[in-house]
Amino acid sequence: MKSPNEINEDLLRPLFRTSWRFFVAFIPLALLVLAACGAFVYQMWSGIGVAGIRRPVFWGFYITNFVFWIGISHAGTLISAILRLANATWRRPVTRCAEVITVFALSIGALFPIIHLGRPWLFYWLVPYPNERSIWPNFRSPLLWDLTAITTYLTGSVSFLLLPIIPDWAVVRDKAAGWRKRLYTALALGWRGTPKQWHRLETAMHTMAVVIIPVAVSVHSIVSWDFAMAPVPMWHSTIFAPYFVAGAIFSGIAGLIVAMAFLRKFLRLEEYLQPIHFDNLGKLLLMMVLLWLYFTISERLTTWYGNQNDEMAVFWLTQRGSFAPLFWVMVFCNFVIPFPLLAIKKLRTITGTAIASSTIVVGMWLERFLIIVPSLAHKYLPYSWGSYRPTWVEITITVGTFAGMGMLYLLFGKFVPIISMWELKTGLQKSFVAGRPLSAANARLELVTGAEIDATDR
Amino acid sequence: MAHKWGMVVDLDRCTGCEACVVACRAENNIPTVGETQVSIGRAIHWIRVERYWEGEFPRVRVKFQPVLCQQCDAAPCEAVCPTYASYHTPEGLNAQVYNRCVGTRYCGNACPYTVRFFNWFNPAWDKPLHLQLNPDVSIREVGVMEKCTFCVQRIKAAEIRAEAEKRELKDGEFNPACAQSCAPKALVFGDLNDPASEVSRLAHSNRATKLLGELGTQPKVAYLQRGS
Repeated sequence: MKSPNEINEDLLRPLFRTSWRFFVAFIPLALLVLAACGAFVYQMWSGIGVAGIRRPVFWGFYITNFVFWIGISHAGTLISAILRLANATWRRPVTRCAEVITVFALSIGALFPIIHLGRPWLFYWLVPYPNERSIWPNFRSPLLWDLTAITTYLTGSVSFLLLPIIPDWAVVRDKAAGWRKRLYTALALGWRGTPKQWHRLETAMHTMAVVIIPVAVSVHSIVSWDFAMAPVPMWHSTIFAPYFVAGAIFSGIAGLIVAMAFLRKFLRLEEYLQPIHFDNLGKLLLMMVLLWLYFTISERLTTWYGNQNDEMAVFWLTQRGSFAPLFWVMVFCNFVIPFPLLAIKKLRTITGTAIASSTIVVGMWLERFLIIVPSLAHKYLPYSWGSYRPTWVEITITVGTFAGMGMLYLLFGKFVPIISMWELKTGLQKSFVAGRPLSAANARLELVTGAEIDATDR
Repeated sequence: MAHKWGMVVDLDRCTGCEACVVACRAENNIPTVGETQVSIGRAIHWIRVERYWEGEFPRVRVKFQPVLCQQCDAAPCEAVCPTYASYHTPEGLNAQVYNRCVGTRYCGNACPYTVRFFNWFNPAWDKPLHLQLNPDVSIREVGVMEKCTFCVQRIKAAEIRAEAEKRELKDGEFNPACAQSCAPKALVFGDLNDPASEVSRLAHSNRATKLLGELGTQPKVAYLQRGS
């Protein structure tokens, strides 16, 4: 087991030293992000028509990406909040990786409703505040609920991410010099590690963990209502809210495992992100695989049995029509491949869970696409049925956001220890008094490292 | 009592000549989007004549069905618009306020009749069509939705004229461009709140049905089903 000093050394290394490997990863990602920005500017300049969306498929790749990224964002805050509240001690090295995913995925996801607007420069007309036209936005519109929910969730998850970073930043402050010293002094917000501060931090984090769970559930329910509230075949369904929330957690855990597998290799965190973490998350993911299958069967079976003309047109389009190849690839990615990898103990290794998670990420992107596009393409009057094909603009922007996620993650790892150091040390301390739950404050007092003594003395 | 503008489409009379489509374009400054855009489904036509085939060759029958905005009283497009660009006027029209529209296109998805059209680019007209723009109708910039207005400019002009002459509007005094140009008189426009108007009489006929009426959108356009 590592000592607190070794933990400091291992986890602070990326903050103080930047190797060539960072630039090898960062530069291509940054170029892709720039390309996406260029594509967006081109789209604004020429008109949204350079994207492939058309009548009647008014929503395409952009809204798919929107739902997908909001889904990925449920990895973090939600998982970490549940694990915290459940006092799952193995969570410690995992929570921060997860919380960061939330903040970045949410920021990326929230961009898409703006990117897809016909007149994106007027996006602020959706903000629930009377604007210069002195009218309020329409509170009956699910898009407005969306904007409200997402900004709430973003605010909440940013604080949920930042709160437990404060003590770690204080450690960095005490070890740094020069511009880093000034930066981290500001970021540490005057953290001294006094019992009072620990107590406040603990209270705040506990409160946030309780608050963030209903917020996260509401966010993806509302995202689902963007669809379910419209009288469109296969959209107008009561199952959508829980289906979307389950799907979000599903893709979120998968995204988390993929990120952890990368971090482990890239930052050499083999001793922190251990097989047990992948095994435990793998079990959680296995449950979500089954839940996904259950929801998909419930949705499909009731539609098929109900046998209504308008819905069946969309149903057959996805089961054996032009969208069927995508549908069955989705089933493969979301169930057929990951199920054995996660269910069989021998296969539930780091590689196994990482492969399963990667296919799930692809599968869940396809699921969102298959929810949105076929319904719009075959809506009621057959005369107006249509199709959809993305253009290079949509594809560039989509790829750019995936690159953006990686880029932001890399940058974050340069300024923040990617694993919560103090929580890890708390865990060390706890193992001495096994079985007796300690509050973070008490554990902290017993755990004294050089850095903290300096901090308290000053 | 306020007016409640509505229309009756007599499917027995429609010959599928599409004069209504042409008249609507001319009246409402509808942009021509070009061949490639039309081929991917971006043509704008506030009224269209849908063609359906019934039966197998040689016993085949073609059915024409003009479809325009149904001016629903419970319009799915209005509830979902975040900026009140899709708006219910006191006279019951589904108005589209172009200046409020930010282009979420949510209304276009919610509309079961697919009669809402988006401006994917700034509007353009092939020469010499650019010389015949109607000064009473604003043109729409890139990124906004547009749709049938029941020729609201004609409604307003007639109402103002009647008010100036201190009289009530007469039934059939004015018509939207589509109804005006319909040679077989398949399109009948008028005030549904006036029990004596022709449109009221036809809307209460036994042949009257509503398009996708089961969705509960309460359209103000009625279709007289074929008797022959």
